[in-house]
Amino acid sequence: MMLSGWGRYPWAACHVIRPRDEDALRAALADGPAIARGNGRAYGDSAMHPRSTLDMRGFERMLDFDPGSGVLVAEAGVILGDIISTFLPRGWFPLVTPGTKFVTLGGMLAADVHGKNHHRDGSMRACVDWIEVMGPDGCVERLRPGEERFDWTLGGMGLTGLILRAAIRLQRVESGWIRQTLIPAADLDAAMEAFEAHAGARYSVAWIDCLSPAPALGRSLVMLGEHAARDELPQTHGGAPFVVPRRRALRVPMDAPAFLLSGPLIRAFNALHHARGSRAAGTRLVDWDSYFYPLDALLGWNRIYGRRGFVQFQCALPLDASRDGLSAMLRRIATAGQGAFLAVLKRFGPGEGRFSFPMEGYTLALDFPVNRRSLALLDELDRITIDHGGRFYLAKDARMSATTMRAADPRAEGFAAMRREQGLHSAFASAQSERLAL
Amino acid sequence: MTIAPVLILGGRSDIGRAVAHRFARAGHPIQLAVRNPETVAADARDIELRHGVGVSLHAFDALETAGHAAFLDTLDPLPGIAVCAVGLLGDQAESERDMAAATRVMRSNFEAPALLLGELANRFEARGSGTLVGISSVAGERGRATNYVYGSAKSGFTAFLSGLRNRLAGKGVHVVTVLPGFVRTRMTEGMDLPARLTATPEAVAEAIFRAVKKRRDSLHVLPVWALVMAVIRNIPERVFKRMRI
Ligand SMILES: Cc1cc2nc3c(=O)[nH]c(=O)nc-3n(C[C@H](O)[C@H](O)[C@H](O)COP(=O)(O)OP(=O)(O)OC[C@H]3O[C@@H](n4cnc5c(N)ncnc54)[C@H](O)[C@@H]3O)c2cc1C
Ligand SMILES: NC(=O)c1ccc[n+]([C@@H]2O[C@H](COP(=O)([O-])OP(=O)(O)OC[C@H]3O[C@@H](n4cnc5c(N)ncnc54)[C@H](OP(=O)(O)O)[C@@H]3O)[C@@H](O)[C@H]2O)c1
Repeated sequence: MMLSGWGRYPWAACHVIRPRDEDALRAALADGPAIARGNGRAYGDSAMHPRSTLDMRGFERMLDFDPGSGVLVAEAGVILGDIISTFLPRGWFPLVTPGTKFVTLGGMLAADVHGKNHHRDGSMRACVDWIEVMGPDGCVERLRPGEERFDWTLGGMGLTGLILRAAIRLQRVESGWIRQTLIPAADLDAAMEAFEAHAGARYSVAWIDCLSPAPALGRSLVMLGEHAARDELPQTHGGAPFVVPRRRALRVPMDAPAFLLSGPLIRAFNALHHARGSRAAGTRLVDWDSYFYPLDALLGWNRIYGRRGFVQFQCALPLDASRDGLSAMLRRIATAGQGAFLAVLKRFGPGEGRFSFPMEGYTLALDFPVNRRSLALLDELDRITIDHGGRFYLAKDARMSATTMRAADPRAEGFAAMRREQGLHSAFASAQSERLAL
Repeated sequence: MTIAPVLILGGRSDIGRAVAHRFARAGHPIQLAVRNPETVAADARDIELRHGVGVSLHAFDALETAGHAAFLDTLDPLPGIAVCAVGLLGDQAESERDMAAATRVMRSNFEAPALLLGELANRFEARGSGTLVGISSVAGERGRATNYVYGSAKSGFTAFLSGLRNRLAGKGVHVVTVLPGFVRTRMTEGMDLPARLTATPEAVAEAIFRAVKKRRDSLHVLPVWALVMAVIRNIPERVFKRMRI
């Protein structure tokens, strides 16, 4: 069956199996290299391999919950949105969440995902008590933080084994509402100052207009958030603090024609969005779904980039090189005028783990429709990232070369060597790991 | 009023589990009846955790008809709604060669489910309330070369359900006949099913849930199947017998 990641680029004919139990997984592993696939929300080719792609969504049971500590034990195919709909009404919310709730627990662990609270709470690994992983021989081992295999697996993109189950700690919340504060920032410096000034905020992220040239280069809306306490809610919500208005999901019915994403149109959209945001500056209550998952209301939004698909560029830059690196990229993007529909800037806290993406500094993420010009621009952004000591997020990557990867991330060689030594490379491989020689 | 427990006969099947989740989501306690309860312990826990309802496990083998009454005696309380997902597709070619195999398919799809629901019907009738849901199949609407052993048993089950409904109308007991077309489950794993005619177990569960609430008599999960079957039923026999469908 033809498979792609969320970006719908690249595609490959893959043999997909949906195992029901561990024996079926073992049988599949005996058959040569395979890769686990969760809900296919990685943008590129991380979760596919022509020979054998194992759809893990059959493992979708919640196994245990401790209402005292908030520890949930669940199978790897459980969808994050189901965790929220099950436990938010009881006063619990995931500690770390990506920008979509349509991911599996296994996918969150394998990519060691980060959320808007990375600067304070760290990445996914911060809430994991243990994971159970099936190795190449079909044996299942329980791994805990601090152990070497645990450390490689969180961020290991499925290349160290099949994650079967995990125990994760949820956080207590008093409501389903977020107190959001919007801070308009006139340029990149102002945005970075806002991040540094609000380092204590629980959540922070900026929507950045990549197309506005100097002097408004890096014009942004910085968005801070805190879980609202029950007594902060207006009377109308106070009695039912976890009930939020149900959002109507719309579905993108077909591939959008390419002109919709032409430079001038996006420029106009970005300017409008900024103007709207500036007027809405200040603090207000936003429901959890709109706050954390704004794009989830538009089902199949990946189709608006048209038939050729899109790629997302996401890099992390070390703190001391962030300002220079980001301005160099923004200047390049603004002059190229390439459509970046979504651009997100975020301050990262300290990096952890042997192969996880985040590093202390800033991360920038933006989308490009696939075409020759934007692919050329992406090569330039790669170079700027490498020149500034930055690295790339494998959950977003669909196109970089093995050389670029090695130049950006000296850890890659160690990861590949570990895979060879432990006999993992012949059992677990994705289209991405082959492209990147991992 | 407390919400009635729902008994799922064949609770390990994909359709049975989906039905259990759907009713649990609406607050119904669940009784899962399966051959080997240990195989569904994790599913039971999952239902409890997600929906905050109680789930009990019950061992039974539908083919051991002599044990039906004793098995139903262990249910406490007697369920308000019972859904029977027990069935066996079998292998048509094998059923043609091997009488034992054919017997197993016939008994698993007709005799066993019918006797079980019949026994439950008597208890529901005595109580004066309850809903029985039998999952039969469109395969029972006309015998075809490719699966007439299974189809004829389902046909018998469908007729049994309609008779039961007729008998119990006005006695407070309602009977729902479900005639799914293709459903993507363990039973059809690996088969090349036409997407437009194939439902998910969740869609079957949703349709059953609504049919129970609205006291519908009979349903095809995907409405298009009513049309397909109307066409198939109306093909003259002298033409039909030469067709390969
Ligand atoms: C709209 C949107 C917003 C996003 N926002 C963020 C964000 O804010 N922060 C962030 O960190 N990421 C973000 N992402 C990326 C996403 O969180 C990751 O790609 C995540 O891994 C996707 O999970 P999935 O279940 O869809 O996994 P897939 O995409 O199917 O797989 C991703 C990787 O996980 C591996 N994997 C999946 N299941 C298992 C398993 N059971 N065992 C072993 N390996 C497994 C796969 O092999 C693959 O390498 C976003 C993605 C989208 C589409
Ligand atoms: N899938 C389709 O396309 C389709 C279409 C129309 C109708 N149906 C009907 O839908 C129902 C559910 O089927 P499914 O598709 O979900 O497939 P399934 O998983 O094969 O379900 C059949 C279930 O019946 C149980 N069973 C069989 N013999 C039994 C016995 N003697 N005692 C107790 N339980 C027994 C099986 O138990 P174990 O789990 O222990 O094996 C299994 O759980 C069946 O009646 C089937 O005929 C299915």
